[in-house]
Parts: sequence; C-alpha cells; structure tokens
Amino acid sequence: MDIIPALMDGLWIAVQPHNLALAVIGVVVGLFVGALPGLGSVNGVAILLPFTFVINEATSDPAAPMIFLAAIYYGAMYGGAISSITLGIPGASTAVATTFDGRPMALKGQADRALVTAAIASFIGGTVATLFFTGFAPLLSSVALDFGNPEIFALMLLAFATFIGLGGDDIPKTMFSIFFGLLLATVGFDTISGEPRLIFLNEREQAAVLGMVGADPEAVPFFDSVAWFSRGIQFLVLAIGVYGIGEMLWTINASRYKVTMTETTISAKRIWAGIVGMKDAWKGTTIGSLLGFFVGILPAAGATPGSLMSYGVAKMTSRNPRSYGEGNPDGVAAPEAANNSASTGAMLPMMTLGIPGSPTTAVLLAGMVIWGLEPGPRLFEDRPEFVWPLIGSFYVSNLVAVLVNLAFIPLFLAVLRMPFTILAPVIFVLSIVGTYAAYDNMNDVWLMVLFGFGAYFLRVLDYPLAPAVLAVVLGTTAEEKMRQSLLLSDGDFAIFWNPFFDRDGKGQDWWIAPITTWIAVILIALPIVLWAVRKMRGGSSVEA
Amino acid sequence: MRRAEFVTAIILGLLSVYLMWKAGEGPEWDTEYVHWANTGINIDGSGPGKGFFPFYLALGMLISCIWIVVNAIRRQSPPSQSDEPFMDGYAKKMLLMVGGGLIGFLILIDLISMYAAIAVFMLYYMLILGRHPAMLSVVTSLVVPFWLYLFFDIVMTKVQPKGLRWIEDTIYTPAGNFFRDQSFIGIVMFFVVSGAILTFVARSARRQGGA
Repeated sequence: MDIIPALMDGLWIAVQPHNLALAVIGVVVGLFVGALPGLGSVNGVAILLPFTFVINEATSDPAAPMIFLAAIYYGAMYGGAISSITLGIPGASTAVATTFDGRPMALKGQADRALVTAAIASFIGGTVATLFFTGFAPLLSSVALDFGNPEIFALMLLAFATFIGLGGDDIPKTMFSIFFGLLLATVGFDTISGEPRLIFLNEREQAAVLGMVGADPEAVPFFDSVAWFSRGIQFLVLAIGVYGIGEMLWTINASRYKVTMTETTISAKRIWAGIVGMKDAWKGTTIGSLLGFFVGILPAAGATPGSLMSYGVAKMTSRNPRSYGEGNPDGVAAPEAANNSASTGAMLPMMTLGIPGSPTTAVLLAGMVIWGLEPGPRLFEDRPEFVWPLIGSFYVSNLVAVLVNLAFIPLFLAVLRMPFTILAPVIFVLSIVGTYAAYDNMNDVWLMVLFGFGAYFLRVLDYPLAPAVLAVVLGTTAEEKMRQSLLLSDGDFAIFWNPFFDRDGKGQDWWIAPITTWIAVILIALPIVLWAVRKMRGGSSVEA
Repeated sequence: MRRAEFVTAIILGLLSVYLMWKAGEGPEWDTEYVHWANTGINIDGSGPGKGFFPFYLALGMLISCIWIVVNAIRRQSPPSQSDEPFMDGYAKKMLLMVGGGLIGFLILIDLISMYAAIAVFMLYYMLILGRHPAMLSVVTSLVVPFWLYLFFDIVMTKVQPKGLRWIEDTIYTPAGNFFRDQSFIGIVMFFVVSGAILTFVARSARRQGGA
C-alpha cells in the first residue's frame, strides 16, 4: 500500500466542507468538555456518541461520525489544560500533570504564557504522533492480517493483564472490574449456541420474549415489550451511566460546586510572546511527543500515565529539576505534548488490532461497531475510504484545535465561569436523552441511571471503572475467539501458551499467541512477585 | 469507609455466587437439563458451553471479592485505612437531592413526556439545588428542552417519549405539525431567537449577581 497517495486522498476528503465542519464542531465541543472540571474526552465521546447516529444517517460518508468523535477527543486533550492552569483543577485526569507547573505559572501572572505553551506543545505532540501513526498503522495491520483466533484472544488477554500489571490501581479491584465488565458482555443470547443466558427471566417470560408457540403474551416482563436483559447490555448504556451520571455525581460530591478562577488576559501580542517563549519548552515538548505516543499504545496506559511519565522524565533529565513545580514551561509542555500524543497512540491498537488503548478509544471502537465497521487488521484492506480520511482528519483536527484554542481562550474562560448547578443538569439531561435516542427504550435509560449510581459508589471506594468499560467492549469478541480457539484444540488451553501445539495438523509452530500469553501472565504475576520481593526484604506492603 | 469496603465486597461476592449459579442454568424449556452441564470446557466435542465463560468470570469476581476483604482486614487498601465516613452529610444530601431528582425525572418521562420532564428537572435543579434567580431558571428550563425537541423530534426525527396520550394529542401533535411545516431557516431562527432570549436573561442575572 502506498501511504503517501492514500494519505493525500484521505486529507482531501477530510477537508471537504462537511468533514471540516464536523472537525471544527467536534474540536469546539471537545475543548469545552475538556475544559470543564470533571469532564474529559471519554465523557464527551460517550455522551455524544448517540448523536453520531444522526451524522451517520445524514452523511453518506462512512468516516464522518468518526471524524466528529476523534475531533472531540483531540479538542478535549487541548481543553484539559485550560482549567488546570486557570482553576488549578484538571479538566480531566489527562491534564493532572499540567497543574503541577501550569497553576504556579498562573499564580505568578503567566497564565497566558502557560496556556499558549500548552496549546503549542499539544499541537506538536499531536502532529508527531499522527506522523508515527501514519507510518506504523498500515505496517501493524498488515502483520496482524495473519493473526488467528488464539492470537487475537491472547492480545485481549494482554490488554487486560496490562491493567493489572501496570494500571497502578488496587489489583483485586481492577480484577473485579475486568471480570464484571466481561460478564456484563455475556448477558443476552449466546452468539454460538443461540441460547439465552443471564437474562433473569422465568420459563413463561422466556417463552413470551422469544415469541415461542403457545407462549402467554401477558408474561412479557416488567415495563415494556422488550425484556430488560434479553437484548444484552448495550455498551453505551454502561458507558453513559459510568461517565455521564456516575462521574457527574462524583464530581459534584468532590467539588461541592466550588471553584476559584485565576483571571487571565489574552491578546495577539501575548500569544505571540508565548509562541516565542516555546524555546524554553522544546525539551518537554520533545519528551512528551515521543514518550506519550509509545505509552499511549499500551492498552492500560493511555494519556494520563503518558503525561505523568513525560512530566517525570522531563524533570529527571532537567538541569534544574528544582524549578519543576515552581512554574517551569517545560513542566507544562511535557504533559500536554504527551497527552495529545498518547491519544493518537491509543488509536493505533484500536484501529489495527481492534483492541482499544484507553476508555475513550473503547467508546470509539464501540461506535465503529455500531456504524457497521469491524475494527481490526482488515479495516485497512477493506475500508480504505474510512481509514485514510480519518487519519487525514487527525492532521486537520490538530491544526483546527490549536487555532480555535488560541483564538477563543477568552470564550472558554467565560464558559468556565458557568455555574456547575447549570452544567450538571444539562449533562444529566443529555445522558438520558442520548441513551433513549440510541435505543428507543426506556428500560435502557433506567439501566443506564442504575449503572451511574453503582459507578458512583464504586468510584468512592476506589474501584477502577475503565477496565470494566474496556471489558464490556471486548467481552463478546474475547469469548468468541477463546471458544473458537478451544474448539480448534478440543478444549486444550495449550493452544494459547504452547508454541509447538499442532493446531492445524501440519506440525507448524505458532509463536505470537504463546509469546503474548506469556507476557500477559508475567504482567499479571508482576505485582505479586514485587510484593513477595518486598516481603523478603522485610519492607511493609502497606502503602502510606 | 472501612465498613463500606467490607459490606460492598461481601455484597459483590454474594452477587458473584448468584451469577455462578445462574451461569449454570440451562434454557427454562429444557426439562432434561442438569444444572452446571453447560459450564464444561468441551461439551460433546463442540467446545465450551454457553455457561463456561460466565461461570468462570463470576468465579473470578468472587475470588477478587475475597481478596478485597482480606486486604481490608489487613488494612492494605486506602478505603480500609481511612477513618472518614463512606458518605458524609453533604454526600448523603447530594445523593438524595440529585439522585432523587433523577429518579423523579425518569418517572415523569412516561407521564408528562421527555421534554416536559426535562423542564421540570432543570427547574428543580436550578431553582432548588442551584438557587439561581427564578427568571433565569424558568427560561433555561424552557429553552433547553425546546432546543432538544427541535433537534431530536423535528430536525432528526428521533422521536422521544410523549407521555400520556392526551398530552401527545393536545400538545405534541399540533406542535409537530406546526414545526414540520417550517423551512430549515425557520427552525434555525427558532434556535437563535430562543438562544438570544436565554443569553439576555443570563446576562441580566449575572449583572444582578445571581448567576
């Protein structure tokens, strides 16, 4: 495949008026969403995903809905810095590291410089990552074309193992979250046998829901004509519940509707001064751009660890590490370049392998499935008319985002003054209307709100919810691939871990699935080994 | 917080046991089915049964819950080390007011329609929880559902619930006929004019220090 001509075609389609308009609207929405405390890219993408059904119907362009959502993703990465710097509250977890030096700069009267540094570093990070993506994605997808069911299952196992080994959250709670998400994905009808499972209906109700001969039509259960669980648990119901309702409840409780804002004056002259001042932030920008991309590729990592790690590396390699935390522009540039770079990096496994690298890309993946696309290695072969305009839109969205960001900073600051008691009900309303619009079913709306309450309680107790969201997206495929692999091996799990397992009767060795499985096993065992080592050295495993 | 950590893990553990049991169930109409039969790894040479995956996932949940309880006993997780209450007075009140409002909102949808329920919920939230000026609260509560109505029902024809039949007949049917007769420019004008009214009221409220 010739990358350059394909990319040129993609860029041309991405700048067509309807796609450009969607990119601009998406970036603006993303900037708002990212700038508002408590909301990040995943909230924006999850809440607005139902709206893309409309875009999908209104445009004949298969890439249009994804261009819109990807633009929200980018915009949110830029927007997160605005509240980190002016409010001292990260707009999203991806911008936590930006507060370390961004807030001190604002308190020293350099908020404008910090905002410009963040915007330019974000642009450079996003563009560098998109260049990497353009080069790596076709290569990786062509390698992945040879993957069979065991390889794909092993990769999914690796994705979950990364959460446990590198996620940094409480291990049993992370495991619970993964198992629970995977279990939710099994609710409904078994795709292989066609039989119902975990639908919580009795014999009369099952017969009525399935429309069996002689069934009692009055036995259809509570509420509506379609049973609560017989259609399975829709991914959006969980995602909007967790990121729309649950996250808002948590934010209301944590912020208690109170924020204090640093006033900032922005002018063309100050923006130019900020651009010139980027010479003091080149090192952080470079570290963030490179490190962010590769951390972003890792399934459990994404933009938040990418930005934190980049900040740490920038500080560690600095000649003046003590200036970090006091308002060093490098300390703003490194995490901002990294979170944009990582957001593109996270798209790489999602598009080429069908395995999302972050909760936001999990929502994007679910969206692609809803629009009738099959993310994975065949996407580049079968749907170039989708892939290349989308990649083209990454470049366009980045450019749009930096321009809109710099031009409309005062407007975003005005929006940040909007009281949370107006914003919160609007988010709740959008979550409910969006869920109904997606499925035309009030049962799903009730279930979504129920998930929201559950997510709130679990969040208070430090249960990580991103693994559950990822697991729901991957659950059906993971089960299907595992069962098909076991069918091939007559129920022998060696197909996953033994490279010499003769899966096709030709005596061929298969290395990719076993290597991936063993890496996954090591990642799962890693925290236990580290704990044992600490014990042997006599240290306490209790963290302060 | 420590007690909540225990209670939650135990409830989730019990849920896991229940789900393990449910995973082992066969179809209700198959009277000859033996419980757990579908959780096998290779049933009649056709691979794992439909209950295999859910059963072992629920088992994994149970093991995780036991681990969480053990960690809580040994005070190894942050919530089990914390002396703070699981929910303080503010959190309880917030959950009651916001959560109760949301439940009320959902109940109202089937009775008075989605858009009217949005108006009531917005008014409740802004006036009672947010203590915003009455004028701003009323106008926002009318404009937001109006925008959503124009967007979903009129422009995108994604129809939302209309509540009781007489509400649909007396309000939404004539309103739908009226707005669908308008040109696209006309609809945009409705958006813009209602937005201008909202902006005017919001600015007035801000000048008076109420928003």
